[in-house]
Amino acid sequence: MATINWGAIDSDPRFRELHTRKTRFLWGLMAFSVVYYFLLPIGAGYFTDLYKIKLWGPINVGLVFALSQFIVAWLIAYYYARRASQFDRMAEEIARDANVIGRRK
Amino acid sequence: MSARRSNLFPPIALGAALLACAEPAFAQAVAPQWKFLTFGVFAAIIALTMYVTYLAAKRVKTTADFYAASGGVSGLQNGWAIAGDYLSAASFLGIAGLISLYGYDGFMYSVGWLVAYVTVLLIIAEPCRNIGKYTLGDILAFRNNPKTVKGFMAVSTITVSTFYLTAQMVGGGVLVKTLIGIDYEYSVIAVGVLMLGYVIFGGMVATTWVQIIKAILLVLASLVMVFMVWSQYGFAGPEYFQKVIGDAKIQARVAGLLGSAATNMTPQELGQRFLEPGLLYKNPIDQISLGMALVLGTAGMPHILMRFFTVPTAQQARISVIWAMAIIGGFYVLTLFLGTGAAMLVGARNIIAADPGGNMAAPLLAQYLGGGPDSMLGNLMLSFVAAVAFATIVAVVAGLVLAAASAMSHDIWVGIIRGEHATDAEEKRAARICTLIVGAMAITIGILARGQNVAHLVALAFAVAASANLPVVLFTLYWKRCNTGGVVAGLVIGTLTAIGLVLVSPNMTYPAALKAAQQKIIDANTPTIAKLTADLGAATDPAVQDKLKKDLTTAQNAKSAAETALAKIGPDNTSLVGLEKPLIELRNPGLISIPIGFLAVLLGSLLYRDRRAEEMWDELYVRSNTGIGRAAAAAH
Repeated sequence: MATINWGAIDSDPRFRELHTRKTRFLWGLMAFSVVYYFLLPIGAGYFTDLYKIKLWGPINVGLVFALSQFIVAWLIAYYYARRASQFDRMAEEIARDANVIGRRK
Repeated sequence: MSARRSNLFPPIALGAALLACAEPAFAQAVAPQWKFLTFGVFAAIIALTMYVTYLAAKRVKTTADFYAASGGVSGLQNGWAIAGDYLSAASFLGIAGLISLYGYDGFMYSVGWLVAYVTVLLIIAEPCRNIGKYTLGDILAFRNNPKTVKGFMAVSTITVSTFYLTAQMVGGGVLVKTLIGIDYEYSVIAVGVLMLGYVIFGGMVATTWVQIIKAILLVLASLVMVFMVWSQYGFAGPEYFQKVIGDAKIQARVAGLLGSAATNMTPQELGQRFLEPGLLYKNPIDQISLGMALVLGTAGMPHILMRFFTVPTAQQARISVIWAMAIIGGFYVLTLFLGTGAAMLVGARNIIAADPGGNMAAPLLAQYLGGGPDSMLGNLMLSFVAAVAFATIVAVVAGLVLAAASAMSHDIWVGIIRGEHATDAEEKRAARICTLIVGAMAITIGILARGQNVAHLVALAFAVAASANLPVVLFTLYWKRCNTGGVVAGLVIGTLTAIGLVLVSPNMTYPAALKAAQQKIIDANTPTIAKLTADLGAATDPAVQDKLKKDLTTAQNAKSAAETALAKIGPDNTSLVGLEKPLIELRNPGLISIPIGFLAVLLGSLLYRDRRAEEMWDELYVRSNTGIGRAAAAAH
């Protein structure tokens, strides 16, 4: 392990690319998830009338919105899992060359 | 009302609602002639977990086995174990109860518990697997001063776990007492000893399997009950909610909650109101603050993060969170039907009669679905639900104790006292001794805290995890400039702010306010009694006399109950920290303490210079993203 040049890997273009894509994707998704979640208590507290609008029989906006939180959380997980396999491939490639990167020159 | 609103962990609210009524009188859940069923089901589940522990004990040979099952747990298994670790009695009994009594608000409350896992999935689970070994301290020690950060992190881990543990032990004691009728002290000791058996002999291997078994039983029990609820209403699909709003028991409950506001509402409107927000939560700021603590705190919970050290790779860590989200989310959706089902079939009146916090909703529903209190099947189902609740508490407590014990043995004893020089056999022994210490502590605290108001401790545990643990872990993993100074500042300031805010919040007991409330009841009833007595003397019609007598008894009972309660409060007029009334209105400190925690890490890091933290950044960041040189937990 001592032979690995961490600084060189960090500045390797493939790692930079992984870093940029992952950062943008993860924090974007995280921000979306947080905003979507906090709309629920905020809406329940300050836009109560909106929640009371009936959509389908007794089923109202509030109920649908709360249920949608589950669906959205699951979709985020599913979406992330699909994208993550891309990141995995990129990381694997870097890991495979870990002992070589920084020693070429 | 206000005491109930604050409960993050409703089951313990029963032992806790007010100091004055420490342990409410419960209707005995299982009638004596059916006790043998309860013991049978309990014995079967305990025997199963014991057998698993016996098998596990043979596999626990090294320290890595004890702390992390040597990374030999698969993603699917770990997903179930996370669900088992996380779904405490609060979820199973508490949320079903809240929905049965307050409808929409109870359901809304459950959402944050699932969304929390998005944070865990996206930014915590995989880097933790790649960087960590056994404890949170390991992650921080990677680039910061190991002894310093391990020490502070261990204290924080033990603090968070102890808060959560206390709530679980007290809640568990009351629950077992209620469900099977053994003394509170024996219940606490039973929970503690059983848990110690699993952890000491089987370490993480047994803990994992106990959590998996419990999660499967919990999901199974819920599925069967929801299926039976639906069968009562002809599997009506969305029409089910038509039955909910048309239900007379629910309409009566809503009318009772709304009081005079309900006078002009039609029965249909009352039923519909059950599906609208606002029956329980009146202060949205508090809900937002609680949401922050949940969404950020779960990702800082040592016993949850520890589960990611049990899988071999970051990919498996990811798979485990996705499974956990499916199980946990699915379970909360089922809870919506358990709660509404209990509201219709058992009714709020009976649920409250068994327990004012609503925790008996699911068990009573089971009893009803099986054929009622006089039937064998009804009691069998009740016993099964009770046993699942018991297994739930034991499994959650086992995870918490293991997390606290590893912080004590791995971070403090090996990392600091022995300067990382300890043989595997020594460390394994230390881990078992620390487990025993933490377990004995949990039992002692559980017994001492009998009847205390511990409801806010779960909220506090999440708030500390979100205000101290998460910021330091997050910045260590994602910010180059983060260093030992920031970690220490974040842990200390984040923890103290969260605890300090709770100490001055409405969660504490304020004797002056309690006394005033009881005095008000006495003052209101005294003239009533005088008037009724006078009226009774004047009345001649026997029907009127009867009515007056009845009213008089009611008023006299109310007055004497208030007098008894008043006498119990004690001479003190101020809360634990000497306040007559709360300094802040916020019940959940997250909204204030989380930003302060993050700020503390930021400022601490900028004000402190630590070359090692910056030099190690490249290595940490590359490792966390690629999994190169993954820690030894997965080595064999």
